[in-house]
Amino acid sequence: MKRLIVTLTLALTLGLIIVHLSAPGMVLAGPESAISTAIVAQAAPAKAAAPTKVEAHKGITITMFIIIVLITMYIVFWAAKRTKTTADFYAARGAITGWQNGWAIAGDYMSAASFLGIAGLICLYGYDGFMYSVGWLVAYVTVLLIVAEPCRNAGKYTMGDILAFRSSPKPVRAAAAFSTVCVSIFYLTAQMVGAGMLMKLLLGIPFKFAIAGVGGLMIVYVALGGMIATTWVQIIKAGLLMFGAILLSLLVAAKAGFNPLQFFHDVATNTQISEWVRVQLLKDAVAQPGFDYGQRFLEPGLLLKDVWDQISLGMALVLGTAGMPHILMRFFTVPTAQAARKSVIIAMFLIGTFYILTTLLGFGSAIHVTPQISWAVDKGGNMSNLLLAQMLGNSFYPLAGDLLLAFLCAVAFATILAVVSGLVLAASAAISHDIYVSLIKGGKADQHEQVRAARITSICVGAIAVIIGILAEGQNVAHLVALAFAVASAGNLPTVVLSLFWRKMNTAGIVAGLLVGTVLSIVLVMVSPNMMYPKMIAAGDQKIYTGLEKKQAGGATLTDTEKAEMTRANASYEKNKDGTSFIFGLDKPLFGLKNPGIVSIPAGFLAAIIFSLLFRSKKEEDAFDELYVRQNTGVGMAKAMEH
Amino acid sequence: MAEKKEDWAAIARNPKFEELHKRKAYFLFGWWIFSNIYYFLLPIGAGAAPGLFSVKLIGNINFGYLFALSQFFVSWAIAIYYLVWANKVSDRLTRELIDELKLQ
Repeated sequence: MKRLIVTLTLALTLGLIIVHLSAPGMVLAGPESAISTAIVAQAAPAKAAAPTKVEAHKGITITMFIIIVLITMYIVFWAAKRTKTTADFYAARGAITGWQNGWAIAGDYMSAASFLGIAGLICLYGYDGFMYSVGWLVAYVTVLLIVAEPCRNAGKYTMGDILAFRSSPKPVRAAAAFSTVCVSIFYLTAQMVGAGMLMKLLLGIPFKFAIAGVGGLMIVYVALGGMIATTWVQIIKAGLLMFGAILLSLLVAAKAGFNPLQFFHDVATNTQISEWVRVQLLKDAVAQPGFDYGQRFLEPGLLLKDVWDQISLGMALVLGTAGMPHILMRFFTVPTAQAARKSVIIAMFLIGTFYILTTLLGFGSAIHVTPQISWAVDKGGNMSNLLLAQMLGNSFYPLAGDLLLAFLCAVAFATILAVVSGLVLAASAAISHDIYVSLIKGGKADQHEQVRAARITSICVGAIAVIIGILAEGQNVAHLVALAFAVASAGNLPTVVLSLFWRKMNTAGIVAGLLVGTVLSIVLVMVSPNMMYPKMIAAGDQKIYTGLEKKQAGGATLTDTEKAEMTRANASYEKNKDGTSFIFGLDKPLFGLKNPGIVSIPAGFLAAIIFSLLFRSKKEEDAFDELYVRQNTGVGMAKAMEH
Repeated sequence: MAEKKEDWAAIARNPKFEELHKRKAYFLFGWWIFSNIYYFLLPIGAGAAPGLFSVKLIGNINFGYLFALSQFFVSWAIAIYYLVWANKVSDRLTRELIDELKLQ
C-alpha cells in the first residue's frame, strides 16, 4: 500500500514535469540564450537591451531535480520502514545526533527567501540588505540560551506538550494547536507561492503544476517517512545550499583577486552601481557635485527607512524564531540537552557563514550582473544569484555557467522541499497529537492508530497547502512570512518562556497569551500598510492621470508609453475608487508599521501575565517544581524517552 | 512503567539545585540581554547616526559594514562561551546533583 502511494505520487510528479517539457510549443532553452545573457551583462549593461528573464538549461536542470527526487525517495523508503511508533514519526525516536540536528536546523530554517531574496536585496539596495540578514542569525542566541535545552528536557513531540505539562491539557492543547497551525499555514503559503513563481520563472513550468509537484513530494516525504525522512531531506538540502554558496563565493572572490579591499573598491567605483544609486534610489536627476554615489551603496538608508519598523521586525525575528513550531520540534529529535545545545551552535555557524557569504554574493551580483539587470529580470532582485552563477561560470569555462545555474536551481528546489516538509510535519503533529489523540481520543489511542492519524493528517495538511498555494497565485505573500514570525513571537514564545520559568503561569494565562498574541498579530497586519488599499491606489492613479492630462492640454504630444499609462491609470482609478481593504474595509492603514511585533509581543506577554494572576491555580503552581527541576536538569527525561 | 514518585519540591529546595538554577539564570538571561542590546544598536544606530556608519575605516570598508559583520562574530562568541561555560559549570552541577540524589 505504502509503496503504491509513493510510486503513484512519484510518477505523477515526474509525469507532470516531463509531460510539460515535451508539450508542443515548449522550446528547450539552449545554452546560446544563456550565454547571450551573460555577454549582454558583461558588455554594456545599461545601454544594451536588458534581459527580462533568466533561462535555465531545462535538460540539465530537470536531470538534477530528478537526481534529488530519487535520492530523497530512497531515504523516504528507508525511513518509512523505521517509522512504526509515534516517537519515530514525530521525533525520529530521539536518535538524531547533535551534528545531524545542527545541519537539519539550518536546512529547516534557510528558505529560498534566504538564498535568493537576501542576496537580491543586497544587489539592489546594498548595505541595507546585509543589515536585514543579521537578525536572522542573532535570533539563534535566544533559541540557544532560552528555549533549546528546557524544551528538550520538558517536551515530547510538540509545543503543546511543553505547555500542557502542568496545566489543563484540553484548552491548552487546543490553543497551542491553533497558533501552530496559523504559523505553519502562513509560512507554508509564502513558501508554496514562492516555489510556484520560482519554477515558473526558471523553467517555464506553470504555477499550478509546480505547486502540485512540490506539494506531492512534500506529502510523500512527511506522510511516509515522518521525522526521520524530513530530517535527512533537511540535512541534504543544507549541504547542497552551503556547497552552492561556497562555490559561487569563491568565483566572486577570485574576480577580486581574493582581496576584500579590492572587492569593496570594485563596488564603490562601479559606474553602473553609482548610476543606479543616483537615478533609481536617490532620484537625483543631476549628480550632486562631489557626492560619491558608489560609496553610498555601502551605507545605510537606501531600503530600510523607518527605524521603528526595523525594531519591530527585529523583535519578531529575535523572539519569533524561538517560537517557530517547526524549529522547536527539532529539539525533540535529539537524546539529551547537551545534544540540543550542540546542534544549535552548529546551526548558528552554518547559518551565520551562509549569510556572510550572501553578502559576497549580493555585492558580487551588483558588480558583475548590475542592479539594473537584476531589477529588470525580477523586481525583488530574486534572480541575482542565479544570473551571477551563469555569468561567472561562463566567464571561467563555456557551459560551466549553465551547469552552475542548473545546480543552483536544484538547490533552490531542495531548499523549498526541506522547509515545507518541516512545516507540514509541525502542523500535522499539532493536529494529530494535540487535537486528535489528546482531545478527541482522550489520550486513548494505540501506537498504530496514532501513527495512522499522523499520516492521514499530514496528507490533509499538505493537500490544503497545495490548494491555498494555487488560490494565492499572483497575490503578494511576502507579508505572510512577517506574519508567521509575528504570531510565533507574540503568541508562542511568551507562553513557552513563562510556562518554563514562571511559577504563577497557568492554563488561563497560556490560553489568553496564545489567543491574544495570535489574533492581535493577524489583525494588526490586516490593517497595516502590507494590505492593498484601493482608495490609495486610486489616488495615485488619479495623480498620474491628471498630470499627463495637463501635459497634453499644454500642447505637448504624449509618447505611446505615456498614452498607454494614461489609459491604464484611468481604468485602474475607475476600478479602485470605491474599493476598500480586504475584510476590514478600510480606506487607509490604521496601523502604520509593516511588522506588528512591537505592539503584539508586549500584548502577548501582558495577556499571559494578567490572566495568570486573575485565575490563580494552586495545583499548577505546586507542579512548577517538577517542571522547573526537569527543565534545568533533564531528570526524568530518560524515562520518558523509553516509552 | 511504574516510576518512583520524586519529591520535586524537596529537590527544588536542595542547595545544589538552587546554586545550579541561580547561576544558569544569571548567565543565560544576562548574555541574552547583552546580545539583544548589541543587536538593536544596529538598526537604531543606522537610523540615528548614519554619519558614523559611513566613516571609512579600511579602504572603502566603513564602520557600518564592520559593525554589521561583528554581529555575527559576537553571536558566535556568545555561543562558544556558553558551550565552554555549560561544560564547566552547569553540566557539572547537574551531574553532582543527580549523583547526590541518586536520581535517574
